[in-house]
This record gives sequence, C-alpha cells and structure tokens, in this order.
Amino acid sequence: MAKPVLSARAKNQKHSFEYAPAPESRDIARLKPSYQIFVDGKFRDGSGEAVKTINPADEQPLAEVAEAGPADVNDAVAAARRAFDGPWSKMPGKERGKYLFRIARAIQERGRELAVLESLDNGKPIREARDVDVPVAAAHFFYYAGWADKLGYGGFGPDPRPIGVAGQIIPWNFPLLMAAWKIAPALACGNTVVLKPAETTPLSALVLAEIIAEADLPPGVVNILAGGPAIGQALVEHDDIDKIAFTGSTDVGKIIQRTLAGTPKRLSLELGGKAANIVFEDAPIDQAVEGIVNGIFFNQGQVCCAGSRLLVQESVADELIASLQRRLTTLRVGDPLDKNTDVGAINSAAQLARIRELTDSGVDEGATRWSPPCELPERGFWFAPTVFTGVSPAHRIAREEIFGPVLSVLTFRTPAEAVEKANNTPYGLSAGVWTEKGSRILSMAAQLRAGVVWANTFNRFDPSAPFGGYKESGFGREGGRHGLEAYLDH
Amino acid sequence: MTTLDRTDLSDVTRDDLSLRRFLHGLPGVDQVGAEGRAAGLATRSIKTTAKAWAIDTAITMIDLTTLEGADTPGKVRSLCAKAARPDSSDPSVPSVAAVCVYPDLVATAVAALRGTSVGVASVATAFPSGRASLDTKLHDVRDAVAAGATEIDMVIDRGAFLAGHYQQVFDEIVATKAACGSAHLKVILETGELATLDNARRASWLALLAGGDFIKTSTGKVTPAATPPVALVMLEAVRDYYALTGKQRGVKLAGGIRTSKDAVRYLVMVNEVAGEQWLDPDLFRLGASSLLNDLLLQRHKLATGSYDGPDYVTVD
Repeated sequence: MAKPVLSARAKNQKHSFEYAPAPESRDIARLKPSYQIFVDGKFRDGSGEAVKTINPADEQPLAEVAEAGPADVNDAVAAARRAFDGPWSKMPGKERGKYLFRIARAIQERGRELAVLESLDNGKPIREARDVDVPVAAAHFFYYAGWADKLGYGGFGPDPRPIGVAGQIIPWNFPLLMAAWKIAPALACGNTVVLKPAETTPLSALVLAEIIAEADLPPGVVNILAGGPAIGQALVEHDDIDKIAFTGSTDVGKIIQRTLAGTPKRLSLELGGKAANIVFEDAPIDQAVEGIVNGIFFNQGQVCCAGSRLLVQESVADELIASLQRRLTTLRVGDPLDKNTDVGAINSAAQLARIRELTDSGVDEGATRWSPPCELPERGFWFAPTVFTGVSPAHRIAREEIFGPVLSVLTFRTPAEAVEKANNTPYGLSAGVWTEKGSRILSMAAQLRAGVVWANTFNRFDPSAPFGGYKESGFGREGGRHGLEAYLDH
Repeated sequence: MTTLDRTDLSDVTRDDLSLRRFLHGLPGVDQVGAEGRAAGLATRSIKTTAKAWAIDTAITMIDLTTLEGADTPGKVRSLCAKAARPDSSDPSVPSVAAVCVYPDLVATAVAALRGTSVGVASVATAFPSGRASLDTKLHDVRDAVAAGATEIDMVIDRGAFLAGHYQQVFDEIVATKAACGSAHLKVILETGELATLDNARRASWLALLAGGDFIKTSTGKVTPAATPPVALVMLEAVRDYYALTGKQRGVKLAGGIRTSKDAVRYLVMVNEVAGEQWLDPDLFRLGASSLLNDLLLQRHKLATGSYDGPDYVTVD
C-alpha cells in the first residue's frame, strides 16, 4: 500500500546551487578622479607627488592622490598646534563629545559609500567592510564620544589633561577602522592630530576628512596627510609633535622608537603578531573550525592579530584538520565587491611577493602545503587560502609574520606544552583558546603572554575592550578605558 | 566521535551506559559560535537565477501541513489538490514533497493524492506531546501506516531524554521504526523543549543511531520551533553521521518558516554545512503551511517583475 518515497523526480534532480553574482555597485563609492590632503580645515593638493591608488583586485587605477610633501607636514603640525592651544584643549569635554557623536553618525550615514570605497582601495570583501570595518569604526567614535566628558572618572586623577599634538601613522589593512581607533580617543581627550594613512589605501581616510569637515570641527583639530614613508618619518621627527601613535610593522616600529629615544615625545606602538590559536581536545569543534577560519582568513589574513599559528591537541588533530579542510572548500574567493565573497584580494604586489616568499620557504623546509580548489582571477593580487601541516616550531612559517591567508598547523600534547609553544615567539599580540572547560580558559589566559586572549572566539573587536601587545608586538593599549591613557597627561 | 570507527557503532548502542558515554562524548556546541555561524550564512545574497532555482527547489521540499483539531476531510482534500499542483494557473510549478496530516485523515489524503508524486506523511506516537504508553504510540503508527502513510513523523519522549533515560528514547524509536514497515520515519526532537544546542546534538545522534530516516526539529506546537542555530547543529549531525557510517539521513525543519527569504537561507545552510547532496527532497524537508504561498508570490515576482496580492494565491 505504501508508495515509494524515493520518487524519480527527486533522483533526477540537479543539486547544484550556483550563487548568481551579487555585486555591490561600484558607483556607491562616489569615486572622484582626484583626492586632496586635509590641512587646517581645508582640502588642498599636497606639495608631494600625485600618485595613483589602484584597485588590488584588478590593478586598475582608482583615483589620483596629491600626496603631502615636507612643507605640508610643517603646516599640518602648526595647524594642529594652533587648534590645540586655541579652542580644542580648552573646550569642555561635553562639547568635544558632540563633535565625536556627529562624526560617528556621519560614518553610519555614509556607511555603504565607505564600505564600497574601502573594498575597492584595499581589496577586502564588501561583506567584511560592510559588517566589520565601517560599523566598528562608527562604534569607536560613539564609544569615545561618551568618554569625553567623563575623563575625570577614568582613574587618571580628577582633571586629566591632554598631551598636545599627536602624530598618528596607520597601516593599509583596516584603513578607516585604524583611523577611527587613532582619532577618536585622541580627540575625546582634547588632543589634536596629524594622521597619515598608508600609501596604498588613502581614500577612506580622506573621505573621513570630508566627514570631519562637514562636522564643523575647528580647523586644525584633525589633519590628514596622504603620503609614503618619508612623510611618516617627517612626522615622527617633527619637533612640535608631542606623541606618536604607530600601527604597522615591527621593523618600522623599532626605527620609530630609536628615533624618539631621548626626546620628550610619547610613543605607543601596535606592531606585528604571530598569534597562537589553541584548540584543546574538549573544544566545541565546529565552532573552533569557524574560529580558525575567521582567525586567519578574515581580511585575507592581513591582520596583525591573525591566528596564524594553529596549535591543536594531537588527540583531535586529524579530525580537526579534516573538518577545517572541508570547511575551506566552501570559502568563496574572488571579486571583493560580490556580497558572497569570503576572501578578497591581497592589498599590494609587494605584500603578495612577501606571502609567496614565505610560503615557498614553508615548502622548502618540509611542511605540507594544502589549498582548497579555487580559481583565482587573472588580474590583480590573489593568493589562495593555504594551510600548512607538519609544521615544526623551527620553520620560518611558524615564526615569521606572513600577513596573508596562510595557516601553520602545529600540535601539542599537554596544556603546559601549549603554553610553551604559544609563548615561544618574539611577538605577543593575541591568542585564542578553545575549550569547553572554563577553568582551563582562565588558567591559559593567565599564562599566555599576549595582549588579547580570546576564549571560544577570535578576531572580535569591541571599542570597550583594550587591544595591544607584549614584546615585539608593541606597547600601549587602544580601546576601552585603557585607550585613554595613551592620550592623557596624568 | 574521534575514537569511533565504522565497526563499533553497534557497540555504542549496546546498553544504556555505552549510549550515555557516546552522547556525552560528542563535541560540545558553543552557543555563541553557532549563532554567529548561522547569522553569517544568512548574509549570503541569493539573487536572480540562484533565487529562481532556490524557490523551485524549496517548493519540492515542502511537507504541506495541516495539524489542527478542526481539520476535516474537505480541508485535507483541498490541501492535497494544492500539494499536487500548487499554482493552478502555472503547470511549471513543481509539486511539493508530501502532505502532512493526523493519522485519521491519512486515508483521505491517500485517496486525494492517488496518481501524483506527492507522499502522505502522518504525525503519530501521541503527537505532539508523546505522553502516552509505548503500546498506544505504536498503535497510532500502525493505524497511519495501514491507512497508507508513506512517512511517519514521530515525537521522542522529551521527558525521558531530559531525565537522561537515553536507552528508553532509543528503544522507542527502534520500536516505532519497526512499526513503520516500509514507511520512512522522521524523528521529531522538539528542540524547543530540549533547550540547549548540546541537547539538540545529542538527540540528533540518538535518533540517527536508532534508525530514524530523518531528524526533525519540531512539532510546530512549541515555541521556539526551527531556528537557524538548531538547523545548523542538526545538519552537522547528518553530515558527521554520513562521514562516519556512509549512510545519508535527512533533516526536516518545521515550525515558523513562513517566508521565501527564510526558506532560501535554510537552503544556503544545507548547501554549505551538510553539502549540496542534501539539496534533495529525500534528504531535506521544510514542514510548513503558509510558506508555499509566499514562495509562489516570489516566484511570480521573479518571472513578471511585479508582486501579486494575497488574493492571487489560494487559501489552504
């Protein structure tokens, strides 16, 4: 009487679920043919070279940027000094906070434009620019806007004072977000700033300058100079700068620290990392796999706190690697503007060359290289998600920061061995711990020498949480109450 | 799971202690992480040709359901007509997978669907609470099968599960499966009453080990019913069960799925978590009533560019 359930229709069905292209429109970015630097409340052509910034996804020019020259650095620092001595440092915190709230709202209002622009200039997937970079940038301004009139309650004394003029140099991996991390706490505390975005990704910071201009900040409170390393150096060496905040490579951080030695200038550095993402045998495996993917393939692995070293307990290593590899076959690599893209383009030819050099060394040193099948576009800077197994702690890919979508897998047997291996690095920015055992999380967090320890998650950024490093990952904290300290004279 | 290979699966169901050890040895589910993954999958943008494919595929996966005390033969016959031909003005719309009714209306549905590809599913085992003796539950199943049901949707004893009496739940599923004969068995976990994702995972494995052809989220009578994190955990269970045993089992989501957008998001989840082989009515079902009309409206919108009002699809 019963009918066969397995119908012929079902058996012949084509299963393939091909996601149609879902590109975000490039027009939303409102790209202009040329962009200008922002000094003393005005946009102007810099006295340096006019440089074309390109889209790393196809190597086509996006816009021309009139970069700053040494004279512009002097003008910007002088304008920042005037603004500091004039209205800004004397303004009640409640009033400063209003400007920051205004900037935060404007970032939200122009969120789509900023997200598409960021994706175009950086190569990151629109999904990440839309869901992480832009909202977290706005959240930082909101958060520090709230602090502006409460600094006396932050534990820095009853009336903490600003430092003065801050020179801020930021990297290309999160151009808008890093600008927000730098500018928001500095302004909340009553400082003025001269910010230099990275040479390959100046556009979103220059649009942020538009937002700041429209928010009617007093001229000179925020100055934004596009330019290369020479401009960064001029800023660091400038006599009238009170503080340098730098996010970037450890090598450059060391040069800056040497330059500033013996001067009264203050310094905070957020540098490289080689984070251990530690998975214990009692971890929630499916969620750990997601955390590993997010840890190393978020922003193509171009993240200073990326979980680039997977430390997995030997007893679950095979199972975990198999799950990870299966998961990686579902990653969608390609057009950063497609809303379904998970992994976008590498930011520059130079960075791509560094990733290639280090991955080649991994093969040469005897590790096993694996990538999911994926077709990479012909033009642009692309690198397939890559996993190295059989990695020894002595391999370069286990020690050096690759800053790309490359995961090195190591194993451990006991918690003590996990701690030893995790801490066996010159860096100390972040770490991840995956276990269902609460006491082990606390014990590991106490032993890991990393500024951020994530438990059963990874790469989570919240403006209320301090972020920063140990050892060669730098010093000083950004975010949270701790982030105020770098901009207060107390 | 880590220490298990294909040969010792019978060992884990040998006795209560073995079963308990196995279920409690499954990797935990971190709720925050599972919710995050489900929310991430929901951001996939399914447009144009992909959306058209997904809408038609979703229609073929529906168990068109009426489970009301007020159900009548007339109501069931009209549901069956709609199941076989969801849009009377457009023969290109595929039939749904099955209709789902109470046991006493199975014969009506069987008669109404004769000659079509649509199956007849019946809830049984003292649905929805399951609070009856095993004899009564099995009698309920035999009734439905005798009346021609091709699929049986049973409920597990949630009280026994929550009390840790896994063997009892297991034995009831085994007995129900035997009473089903050739009819397929869907095991309703009622995850809203199991409360945690760890429990959803354990109940999924328990049902799979006991021989359920499908694991199903909910009766539709309890809130929350199907949620994205629960669907995620159950799809992971059938994926892992397949990796371990080579046997493919299905997942049915039921309760609260009313919009095409929800249905398409679940298909994305099936595609990326279990794999595209599961995009098949033999391995994935959506238990729903109002969902079908929304799929028809969206289908028409894609084809013509304009929305129809609710008067252009039939009431059930």
